[in-house]
Amino acid sequence: MERASDREDVQRRPRRRGLLLLAGLVAVMIVALLEVAWGSFSIPPATVAAMFWQRVTGGSTVGAWPDAWETVIFEIRLPRILLAMLVGAALAQSGAVYQGVFRNPLADPYLIGVSAGAGLGATIAIALGLPLHWEGLGAVSLFAFVGALAATAVIYVLARSGGRSSVVTLVLAGVAVGAFLSAVMTFLMFRARDAFRTVHVLGWMMGSFALASWAKVYLLAPVLAAGGGLLWAYAHRLNVLQLDDDQAQQLGVPVERTRLIVIGLATLVTSAAVSMSGVIGFVGLIVPHAVRLVWGPDHRFLLPMSVLCGAVFMVLADGLARTVLSPAELPVGVVTAFCGAPFFLYLLCRKRHVLAR
Amino acid sequence: MLRKPRTAMLDDGPATLEACQVTFSFNGTPVLDGVDLCLLPGRLLGVIGPNGAGKSTLVRVLSRLLNPAGGSVQLNGQSLAGWQPADLARVLAVVPQDRELPSAFTAWETVLMGRTPYLGWMGKETRRDRDIVRRAMEETGVFHLAHRLVGQLSGGERQRVVVARALAQQPRVLLLDEPTSHLDISYQVETLSLIVRLVREQALAALAIFHDLNLAAQYCDELVLLNLGRIVARGAPDQVLTPELLQQVYRAEVVVVPHPLNGLPAVFPVGGSGSV
Repeated sequence: MERASDREDVQRRPRRRGLLLLAGLVAVMIVALLEVAWGSFSIPPATVAAMFWQRVTGGSTVGAWPDAWETVIFEIRLPRILLAMLVGAALAQSGAVYQGVFRNPLADPYLIGVSAGAGLGATIAIALGLPLHWEGLGAVSLFAFVGALAATAVIYVLARSGGRSSVVTLVLAGVAVGAFLSAVMTFLMFRARDAFRTVHVLGWMMGSFALASWAKVYLLAPVLAAGGGLLWAYAHRLNVLQLDDDQAQQLGVPVERTRLIVIGLATLVTSAAVSMSGVIGFVGLIVPHAVRLVWGPDHRFLLPMSVLCGAVFMVLADGLARTVLSPAELPVGVVTAFCGAPFFLYLLCRKRHVLAR
Repeated sequence: MLRKPRTAMLDDGPATLEACQVTFSFNGTPVLDGVDLCLLPGRLLGVIGPNGAGKSTLVRVLSRLLNPAGGSVQLNGQSLAGWQPADLARVLAVVPQDRELPSAFTAWETVLMGRTPYLGWMGKETRRDRDIVRRAMEETGVFHLAHRLVGQLSGGERQRVVVARALAQQPRVLLLDEPTSHLDISYQVETLSLIVRLVREQALAALAIFHDLNLAAQYCDELVLLNLGRIVARGAPDQVLTPELLQQVYRAEVVVVPHPLNGLPAVFPVGGSGSV
């Protein structure tokens, strides 16, 4: 009897997962809609839905709502919320991938140099007084992106010896290079002796979507779609990498090559996201961890579910960031840490036995 | 969606694995020194020898985790070095020595990892993959545990899950590194009987490392005695398990008597009050 039910269960599982992902997608859309409606002044969600509908169908509804609402929704709030969704999704997925590839639940997307590299790049741009706005992007984004990729590349090259990289060496090299880059960054901040720039750097290191623009959304979306899609294709191999390197190799996974590709893709995605928003902590650590605690470690489900949960979490966090002290804004990283850490502790206490190895 | 074999080395027939004059050294110390052996379909070769004899290194070389410094390993007459990783994993499976498994995966997910070399680029399993996983789990008696987390299984159950994972690879060659070292005697008997049955039924060419000389004698067709990286004896169990050889290699006094039921050699230490 037990066998028959087991068999049924095993086979039914993919469908249940599909439904869960669908539910996640619906949740993302609902949260986005509510957040678009919510803000320094609120617009009824039904009206927002009608405005979207009108945009899609192209029908005319002149006078149904003030023109200013159109500007607020489509030029200010929507790009900001889409950017938050993209960044949240990117950080959560990269976090899941890093935790998988390093076999360490405490890994996050900033483990091997992205935050330090991006921070230094941003600091250089700010210290040099380079233009903040340029076609909706700005020098800070560009410098941060290049800095993040360069720092990770340096760490990977340093940690590699004889064509092999060990996870421990990578992490240690990451810590050392990260500390060095942070020191340079702090030095530059002190040398600038400019309170405005210092605050700007500090704010950037906590992340914000206040400078969101359609240009950023258009630039980030394809990078994340491509990188995220490719990473999803590596999900099963990430499962196998949870065994040790030897067993993974014996199961036909070329470990070194896979690790390089997966780290490279996750770093690209993270760097692109960080360059647009600044360094937002905790999302990449807790979202994949929470998903794993609730639904298990299979990366084929963990990655897409992290994407959806990361998007929801970041949109909600940004909603709080822009309304709690309204009209002033909190850095969104403060909100993610403030809400994320207790939630994480709750999950940890509830599922302690799963983590005990 | 089956991945097409990328080399002409794959076919479904029985396979042989042959090591010729294999040498390997670690930091200048020779670990394997001119090892010759041949695994034939349907036969289980046992490798015995004291700690540090090079047994585990041998399995690592035979499964291409290590490249031999000298000599060659050939699978179906083709050098191991020329095989694509996925192609190799479809022919050759390894049951490692009491490794830790990620505890949060279910037994089903763990055995499914054995299908890795057959999965398409999205890593999605087909109905056929699921059928093969189920058969492998039924064969090893762990299908009723499919939904249990690996961390909740006993040592014996976990080891059978690992054997099931190897079977899910549908290998022609099976390498086992002390497959029963930490199991109770009932699980030892069960696991080894299962392995021998599979070796016969599926004509697997198999090699197993044994710490326990008596288990090796009971289950292997042929034994190889390894010492300091060299093969010092090979042949049927009663040719290899002689008091003289064992004393020379293990530096322990032993007596060898026939097993009361089947006459195969059984080894007992001579020590304490028993030594006259």
